[in-house]
Amino acid sequence: MRPASDVHHQLDLHHPLDIHHLLKAFEGRPAAVSASAPDSVNLPMIRHWCEAMGDTNPAYAGDGAIAPPAMLQAWTMPGLSGTASARTPAYDELFALLDGAGYGAVVATDCEQEYVRPLRPGDRLTFDTVIETVSPRKTTRLGAGYFITTMMRVRAAGELVGTHRFRILKYAPAPAEAAGQAPSGAAAPLQAPVRASASSRPARPRPVINRDNAPFWEGVAAHKLLIQRCTACGTLRFPWLPGCGRCGSPEWGAVEARGSGTVHSYVVVHHPPFPAFDPPYAVALVELTEGVRMISNITGVPYDGVRIGMSVELEFIRVDGEWELPVFRARSGGPEGAAA
Amino acid sequence: MTPGEELPSLTVPITRTLVIAGAIASRDYQDVHHDVEAARAKGTPDIFMNILTTNGLVGRYVTDYVTGHSGMKAVLRKVSIRLGVPSYPGDVLVLTGRILSVNERTSVNEHALATERTIEISVVGTNRLGRHVTGRVVVDAHPFRSHPLRSHSLRPRTSP
Repeated sequence: MRPASDVHHQLDLHHPLDIHHLLKAFEGRPAAVSASAPDSVNLPMIRHWCEAMGDTNPAYAGDGAIAPPAMLQAWTMPGLSGTASARTPAYDELFALLDGAGYGAVVATDCEQEYVRPLRPGDRLTFDTVIETVSPRKTTRLGAGYFITTMMRVRAAGELVGTHRFRILKYAPAPAEAAGQAPSGAAAPLQAPVRASASSRPARPRPVINRDNAPFWEGVAAHKLLIQRCTACGTLRFPWLPGCGRCGSPEWGAVEARGSGTVHSYVVVHHPPFPAFDPPYAVALVELTEGVRMISNITGVPYDGVRIGMSVELEFIRVDGEWELPVFRARSGGPEGAAA
Repeated sequence: MTPGEELPSLTVPITRTLVIAGAIASRDYQDVHHDVEAARAKGTPDIFMNILTTNGLVGRYVTDYVTGHSGMKAVLRKVSIRLGVPSYPGDVLVLTGRILSVNERTSVNEHALATERTIEISVVGTNRLGRHVTGRVVVDAHPFRSHPLRSHSLRPRTSP
């Protein structure tokens, strides 16, 4: 246990602060400027690469050999001595920010290369790299983090010979139990959907119940969908909040929804997969007849059967055998009032 | 070679040697690709294959197929890959592919008739954990220079 006086006691290593507003400023800044590849393109390195990859393509050997195009990035690697002279302060600052905020782990996720012309022994390569984008914070199976995309342009004697777009995830590793049965840490599955069987599926996330919304969840437990109503100006509001967004009054009452509504909008979730859910599934924004909207699931139709304008009716489902959740069942008869 | 055609699969045993040799040949000295103890300290059960090796294997898979199938020289134009689950020593990576498009061009000059193709191929690599890699590759196929017509056409003619 950490002593209460520990200065880090408020720093949750698995849920570090969102610093996207700081990271965004790095978009467009150079990560490397006129850097030189440590070695010119050469046959020994080509041969070592081909041996490792088991690539016996005759184009990569003998007179007139070209370098394997997929080797493009290898020519730009700093190697064991790791001289980072090519790197700009911006790149180091970006990493220092992320490391300092708790996003210390890194994994490569994407590599997109275009080869303008084959590289030949003797080509001396230079490269420029730009930080293209830093994503908003994403929750992945590895943990929360940011995708950083860089674009490298590789030149030989000033002529563009290839481009290399590279994406990494800088993340705060999720605790091992959150990663389920998959291997944890830097190498845990990132993109692959994990479909747990019903018996082993982890529990769904619990609602956060506090004094501002506890009456709503009490209503749900009693199979009532309660909408908050400002007692000062009469405005209905949902989800539940401490004050009225229209007049600011903290005084409120509640009215019970009749339970009918229409699908105002929806998305189908394919990715990322969360352990308790089984993609693809639809998440709908339902407009109740009272006028407020809420996010929920649609039952009674497959994920690809949900439509905007579809009439829906409130029902309650039991989740994980222990708590209730309001969802909406598509009314039989199909879409109604859908936009033509 | 027609769109929709499946490539024969390629099975690549992910040996410890391949993981380390691939990392070093690609000049990638990140410890998680060669040092088991360091990898475990970072929360992964073993060393795992780096993205450059995956890129190299995808390139090899496609060029071997094009050359083996058409007898033409295969030159990669684009390789775009996305990584999913890691590949650990002991895994078996199975690469499969499908032809997305084929564009054929015929160029004629006084000496030769040469047909070149640009082929787009989607590639998926799976191991016991799931999808290790998904990608798209664009490759040019053109006659080897040893082709009689082609070599003739390439021989410079100088009139003394």
